[in-house]
Amino acid sequence: MITGTKTKPMMMILSLSKDNIQVQKEQDVVLLRNRVREVAVKIKMGLVNQTKLITAASELLRNMLRYGGGGSCLIEVVTRGRDNGVRLTFTDHGPGIPDIEAAMRDGFSTGKSLGLGLPGAKRLCNEFDLKSKPGEGTVVMILKWANG
Amino acid sequence: MSFNTLKLLQKQKKNILEIWMKNQLSDDGLREDLISNEDLRGQSEELISALVTNLAGDDLVDFDADRWDPVIEILGGIAITRARQGFSPRETGRFVHSLKDALLEVLQREIEDSKQLFEESMKINKVMDNLSIVTFETFIKGREEVILRQTDEIAEISTPVIRVWDGILALPIIGTLDSSRTQIVMENLLQEIVETGSSIAILDISGVPAVDSLVAQHLIKTVSATRLMGAECIISGIRPEIAQTVVHLGIDLSNIITKASLASALSYAFKVLRLEVRKSSSIAKPNL
Amino acid sequence: MDKIPILRMGSFLLVTIQVDLYDRLALDLEADLVQMVNKTGSKGVLIDISAVSIVDSFMGRIIGNIASMSKILDAETVVVGMQPAVAITLIELGLPLKGVHTALDVEKGMNLLKSMIGDDHGDEDETDDDDTFAE
Repeated sequence: MITGTKTKPMMMILSLSKDNIQVQKEQDVVLLRNRVREVAVKIKMGLVNQTKLITAASELLRNMLRYGGGGSCLIEVVTRGRDNGVRLTFTDHGPGIPDIEAAMRDGFSTGKSLGLGLPGAKRLCNEFDLKSKPGEGTVVMILKWANG
Repeated sequence: MSFNTLKLLQKQKKNILEIWMKNQLSDDGLREDLISNEDLRGQSEELISALVTNLAGDDLVDFDADRWDPVIEILGGIAITRARQGFSPRETGRFVHSLKDALLEVLQREIEDSKQLFEESMKINKVMDNLSIVTFETFIKGREEVILRQTDEIAEISTPVIRVWDGILALPIIGTLDSSRTQIVMENLLQEIVETGSSIAILDISGVPAVDSLVAQHLIKTVSATRLMGAECIISGIRPEIAQTVVHLGIDLSNIITKASLASALSYAFKVLRLEVRKSSSIAKPNL
Repeated sequence: MDKIPILRMGSFLLVTIQVDLYDRLALDLEADLVQMVNKTGSKGVLIDISAVSIVDSFMGRIIGNIASMSKILDAETVVVGMQPAVAITLIELGLPLKGVHTALDVEKGMNLLKSMIGDDHGDEDETDDDDTFAE
């Protein structure tokens, strides 16, 4: 709406739809990937950006299953001005990340993976936010614009 | 006695339109080249009708009322069309402001009490100011859309993938290589590799004004992605200045096949594909 | 339990991945493939991922592992048919799959494997003896 007084600030991100999915086992990952793809296709996200988003989601899901003992993923369609995007929020109640700075470094891993999960996911998305409290859990938010 | 300006406006709809049209047609900024008088009249009439038929009650002071929506929609539509047709902001502004003049003129004629006239005029003023803001917001949005579309077009046409030989693609890059451009270059190149089944791609950077570490990184990414697909990527058109900066910046391009010119990249590609170009012994007769 | 079939073609093994992989499936494939290489004494492994739309760091690692493990067992690995979007994503992720050979399609992959293990009959010979290259 573009009336004089009703106008919201252009840069505010609004959520258009929400969908919360529980992720407890490996097979849920495939399900969630498909769900994210559906949403991305709906807002006309290009194939490359779709792939980046789903790959990032895949990295974060694996982290959540391996280190957080499962959790939930909130899928949102968001809009900012003329841009549409998909925002994913991964929440777990696992042990949390003691050293976020280290976890964001390429090649750092407490498991025996390549250590590309978190920094890789950040590179694949437009926005990335990680909050973690040792003993309480971890919340990771990623956002990919359809044309970003 | 509370005076109902809306009622008055509704009754005077025809008059307002006439005055407004007269104002518009006598304006120096009238663009007969962009819009015909009939169309202009149509637009004006539509807006006035929306204004006088949709509003009721206290709407003149309550700009948040939902009843404003159709008016704003119509005005927004007009503003966007004008932006696309190439009207200047001033010309678009005159369109709305001349309506204000018309409304005020009618009020002046119909209201005798000067205090009341003042009050009602202020209301109309406020309303029209709001409508002006809407017009400009939409007008600028329309212009931005035009700019965005052009940006897309430029990006699209500035990255052509050329099939120079069976199995060899060339992609001349002209202009600065930023990350969004790299993205388009990469996508186009890889897509074309799949479609043509080409195993060699030549990225010619003669048209890239400068190569800094960021541009180099983009080039390296493109080469790596090409390799993942199973094709080889050669970078050609490296000018001496660029070779100098690359070394001074400490950028490692040793894993990338680089050639000075597109010609030498092409002959390298021929060699890899085991093709040869020879001067024929006899002069070929042109086919009839 | 899903399983990814491994086909034997002469001295090569061919794997076509047709489903979206999850971790267990990929790990099983790694184990099966190494077993097969050992059992059949294959000289080359061809992995066709043209139907795979997502390769994350875990799957990338599995592909790298398969290549390294096969190499120890004296077999070369070629990954073919990677989709453009997947390639771009892997690069952005920081996983250029160094050490893994790639080819555009199965046919080109086969030729590459043949040339790598020296099983070709002159038609994939990379060394040009006669200097026919035009300057």
